[in-house]
Amino acid sequence: MNKLREKSMGCVFLVTALASIFAVIIICLFLFANGLPTIAEIGPFDFLLGTTWKPTNDIYGIFPMILGSIYVTAGSLIIGVPVGLLCAVYLARFCPPRVYKYLKPAVDLLAGIPSIVYGFFGLVVIVPIMRDLFGGNGKSVLTASILLGIMILPTLISVGEASIRAVPESYYEGALALGATPEETVFKVMLPAAKSGLTAGVILAIDRSIGEAMAVSMVAGNQPIIPDSLLSGVRTLTANIVLEMGYAADMHREALLATGVVLFIFILLINLSFSLLRRRDDK
Amino acid sequence: MKQYFRMYKKHPKAVALRILVTTAAALTVLVLFSLVFYILIKGIPNLKPSLFEWKYTSKNASMMPAIINTITMVLMTLLIAVPFGIGSAIYLTEYAKRGNKVVPVIRMTTETLSGIPSIVYGLFGYMAFVRWLDWGYSLMAGIITLAIMILPLIMRTTEEALLAVPDSYREGSYGLGAGRLRTIFRVVLPSAMPGILSGVILGVGRIVGETAALIYTAGSVTGVPNSLMSGGRTLAVHMYALLSEGLYTDEAYATAVVLLVLVFIINRLSAYVANKIQNR
Repeated sequence: MNKLREKSMGCVFLVTALASIFAVIIICLFLFANGLPTIAEIGPFDFLLGTTWKPTNDIYGIFPMILGSIYVTAGSLIIGVPVGLLCAVYLARFCPPRVYKYLKPAVDLLAGIPSIVYGFFGLVVIVPIMRDLFGGNGKSVLTASILLGIMILPTLISVGEASIRAVPESYYEGALALGATPEETVFKVMLPAAKSGLTAGVILAIDRSIGEAMAVSMVAGNQPIIPDSLLSGVRTLTANIVLEMGYAADMHREALLATGVVLFIFILLINLSFSLLRRRDDK
Repeated sequence: MKQYFRMYKKHPKAVALRILVTTAAALTVLVLFSLVFYILIKGIPNLKPSLFEWKYTSKNASMMPAIINTITMVLMTLLIAVPFGIGSAIYLTEYAKRGNKVVPVIRMTTETLSGIPSIVYGLFGYMAFVRWLDWGYSLMAGIITLAIMILPLIMRTTEEALLAVPDSYREGSYGLGAGRLRTIFRVVLPSAMPGILSGVILGVGRIVGETAALIYTAGSVTGVPNSLMSGGRTLAVHMYALLSEGLYTDEAYATAVVLLVLVFIINRLSAYVANKIQNR
């Protein structure tokens, strides 16, 4: 009797563990089963490389949005990564405990703020500032990059801090004993040693940046054209969905779902190449 | 102190680096403060009692129905995600043997799940529950979508908490003649509880702040639905709807304040519970 119970509960735990595999399979199934036929119908080249998005005329080219997502993500990394990693260094090595007690919860709070609140802050604070500084309506590649750069900070900081802390203390002491200053040691010894963890943080930040929808759609301007400067408006893949899903019908709606599938494939490719990279490093 | 100054005089580069990292940290704090204070200053004067009336009308733009929907959404999502999350963490830490073929697959899928953007979850929920199962926009569609979304978070935090339980606890329990199940439920889970709870609370935070995954699953209907099979908006979706209608900026500020306060409480609660482990 007891034995039976032990066995059956083991099975129950196994079943719950298989749930995540099952979830990934049905997510892939639904996305591809809905998206790929649409892409085939529009024509993969017309869809992915077409530069015109005019649903009213049945022209669905998402190339401007693909570029838009890449530009905005790259911009957010240029802004967010230096600040985030330097802040991680400060938290992990230079921060007095007195300051740490307040700084750490502050970073956690930054991570918990909903993206809609970030978007609202961007809309009412960053956009007017950009408008005053550069003219135009203030919604641009640059504005979106700044906002996303802020939003990826907590990810970069907490992953960065954890991976710097994971470097053995003996590395630090060894370098100090050789006469290096604490700062030199951290930047020339600790950071290289924490490289793989820091890369993981950056990948997570890319995922968050490219997948962010609500906040970006509020500050990017959303013109479905290839932006020609940092200050022109831009529409990302995510914003394309958020903006038009509400009223789209028929083929238009299917094209938006297919946009989501393209985004999903992007994320899969990024994560796959990262895990391949990590596997190579491990060897 | 004096010694430090002498050292830094000789190493201007070290000083520069030190200034750089401190500036980065200061910048981060500055951003957080300006965001929080801006929203509080603009939002608190707009917190009127009419915003908390039971019924939503286009005149009062009350957020009360949205708050009730958020609570329903949180409770129901946890009801699904927590058993699955804890169950799979138990399997991974307590049952799976070394060299188990399933474990790497589970790890890969949870990593994939945690990388999927919330808007893609939203589209999936729309295709699977709203359209294919023909539930229409309903709380249930949102609940299942969110449950899948927070599953990896609960799994990871529970697993960490279980791994932190010393093996001597388990051995002691076995030594006293307890079986595996009894050991898990009477010894391992209770001592891992603070860690699990802090992960669950973080999950609550994600549910409360979620917008993109809910607009196309639970919809943005105002009011409290009378069953889980009808739609309703949560607080974050409510704020999005107010903003996109463009007429309710003041109300949006007030909603942002409520969201911020909720997130703050959730965060502190999670940290407080997590600290309990360290102090034990």
